Amino acid sequence: MSTSSSEATPANSSRPAALSVRDLTIAYHRKPVLWNVSLEVPRGALAGLIGPNGAGKSTLLKAVVDMVPRISGEIRILGRPYRAVRRQVAYVPQRESVDWDFPATVLDVVLMGTYGELGWFQRVRQEHRRRALEALRKMEIEHLAHRQISQLSGGQQQRTFLARALVQQADVYLMDEPFAAVDASTEAAIVRLLMELRSQGKTIIVVHHDLQTAAEYFDFVILLNLRLIAAGPTKEVFTRENLQKTYGGKLTLLDEIGEAMRRGEQGG
Amino acid sequence: MESALVLPEGNALLAQSSSPLWTALARALTLQDYNTRVVLAGTLILGLACGLLGVYMLLRRRALIGDAISHAALPGVVLAFLLSGDLGAEKSLGWLLLGASISGGIGGATVLALKQWAGVRDDAALGIVLSVFFGAGVALLKIAQHLPGANPAGLEGFIYGKASLITLADVRYIAWTTVVVLVVTVLFEKELRLLCFDAQLARCQGWPVGLLDGLLLAMVVVVTMVGLQAVGLILIIALLIVPAAAARFWTDRMGRMLWISAGLGGLACSIGTLLSASVEKVPSGAAIVLTACTFFGVSFAMGPKRGVVWRWWQRVKQRLAFDEQHFLRALFELLEASNTVPAHLHDLHHVAPIALPAVAAQRHWSAVRTRWLARRLEQRGLIVLQPGDEVRLTPRGMIAAARAVRNHRLLEIYLLDRAQAPVSDVDREADFLEHGLQPEHLAELSGEIATGDRPDIPPSPHELPARDEDN
Repeated sequence: MSTSSSEATPANSSRPAALSVRDLTIAYHRKPVLWNVSLEVPRGALAGLIGPNGAGKSTLLKAVVDMVPRISGEIRILGRPYRAVRRQVAYVPQRESVDWDFPATVLDVVLMGTYGELGWFQRVRQEHRRRALEALRKMEIEHLAHRQISQLSGGQQQRTFLARALVQQADVYLMDEPFAAVDASTEAAIVRLLMELRSQGKTIIVVHHDLQTAAEYFDFVILLNLRLIAAGPTKEVFTRENLQKTYGGKLTLLDEIGEAMRRGEQGG
Repeated sequence: MESALVLPEGNALLAQSSSPLWTALARALTLQDYNTRVVLAGTLILGLACGLLGVYMLLRRRALIGDAISHAALPGVVLAFLLSGDLGAEKSLGWLLLGASISGGIGGATVLALKQWAGVRDDAALGIVLSVFFGAGVALLKIAQHLPGANPAGLEGFIYGKASLITLADVRYIAWTTVVVLVVTVLFEKELRLLCFDAQLARCQGWPVGLLDGLLLAMVVVVTMVGLQAVGLILIIALLIVPAAAARFWTDRMGRMLWISAGLGGLACSIGTLLSASVEKVPSGAAIVLTACTFFGVSFAMGPKRGVVWRWWQRVKQRLAFDEQHFLRALFELLEASNTVPAHLHDLHHVAPIALPAVAAQRHWSAVRTRWLARRLEQRGLIVLQPGDEVRLTPRGMIAAARAVRNHRLLEIYLLDRAQAPVSDVDREADFLEHGLQPEHLAELSGEIATGDRPDIPPSPHELPARDEDN
């Protein structure tokens, strides 16, 4: 488990990056939402994925876990395609993506994180339960284990989702807006979690909205707005100029071309 | 349920009743007719299967697709009837069901395809498929009815349901289908739960989401087809939705929901069948659905946590708890006003008495309400009623009162300082909010507000017991 606990090891060129994306283009209904994105995230990075609404941040994460069809491009995680490293990757979707009125307890939801390592027909065992409770303890919601999920606050829902990812004991974590609309104490708990994961040598990529805190939380930044603006260590990349490129002005030309392509599909 | 099937035949007492309705009901209930027994067995196990499957469809938010499938079955039934060349009175059920399954399956697939590939929204896709297929079916049915020599009388049973036509062979079809649904439910419990809650995660983990959805859909098609005869294609959707929706009122766990729904489905079908067997002219489909809806109504009213009666009772209890807290706080405040708050925990046995009218005035309560609340608090051992219309806090009551005041004032300060609430509103807002305080909030409040220099805030008497509302 902790064989890869390497903080200060210089980047070994023979070891593939945690995430490498090459020439990725993705379209919904033929309208491109990501243009020709190429980037590399080194192992052990705590990376913020930043950009305005509709910049394709969530889409990029979904593409990494093979959830959206791509038009072109190649994605490698730890040097291999997603199919081969499923269990080393934990994806935390936006919490609105599920129905919180579902008849399940917090523990039930967290246990779902372990389903990936179970085969068909196999049931969760005591060991999985123990790990799920451990994950809940890390998120400081162990006392909610048997609570019905419809009774959770937004912050508690987010903690439940993060616990579900933790229980997978992955090497790469992809989190889609974990900080969205959570209370201050949950935000603090998530930050502590991120720091702890990084100190264990895990790679974490977080879709983030708040520019104020971005520089503080992340040591690596990916700036995205339909295309890649910049990706690299926060100190080098998180500059005024880059941010202006990311947020300043709509990329009208790309938008128009995208629109034209969409119309083209409807025409024929 | 099995024991009901072997009741001694011909219960003399019941059979001698005079009213024909009563006699018919008695005949049905005592299962005197072989036919009734067959029909009952068939509908009962059909209800089980529908109940189970309905839970998945409801939780996967695909409940209405069953409606499209059942309506889409009609053209298949009629076409099979026409093609089979069997124009006599005898129907060949196998052929008809095969036709129904094929066109029903096509209907269901069309809904999904319209959504997936043509970008048509769910409700529109359902509406289109349902009406187009049903329309085609009705047209075909008219043609079949006007063909010379054809006797498609049985076909109308597929629309409204005619359980009395169920034969032992049909029961076998239904039984096998139910066995398959049961086995799938037990075997794929984990996979289907994941699919229903979070299909994205299921896909991430590498489960074949399309295949699992297809399995569910295939089971819906088969159950709908074998159920067509008993309930009819218009109403079978109710059996797929209503028991599951009713079951949700009784539990917060998916496993239990499955079995409750299955039980309700089976029960609704049996009762509905018996009713329809005893009351002439009520089609079995309608009787079954109305019975199921009665169950839903009862669940909606009485279900724990979600039922309206339960929620109303909880509100009453909550109001009472609020009032009791307010009562205790009023006592503490009155002690403060007369400077008789005990300074130490060991003084708690000498708390000064307080007149009830003073409490009533403090809270603007009527004398009756005040006295009634006082009695309740006395029963809980928090105060003692004394002669002369006075009450005195017991040591436990004193601690509870101090805690209520502390919570209230911490909240007031919080609202004033942090939320910038207007002074005039603070007391009222805190009045309400203090009842929602959980231990974790209190810890946060005490941490945020330095209480050392605030003599007006009673110190925390002792650690709050950690409580969890669930237990």
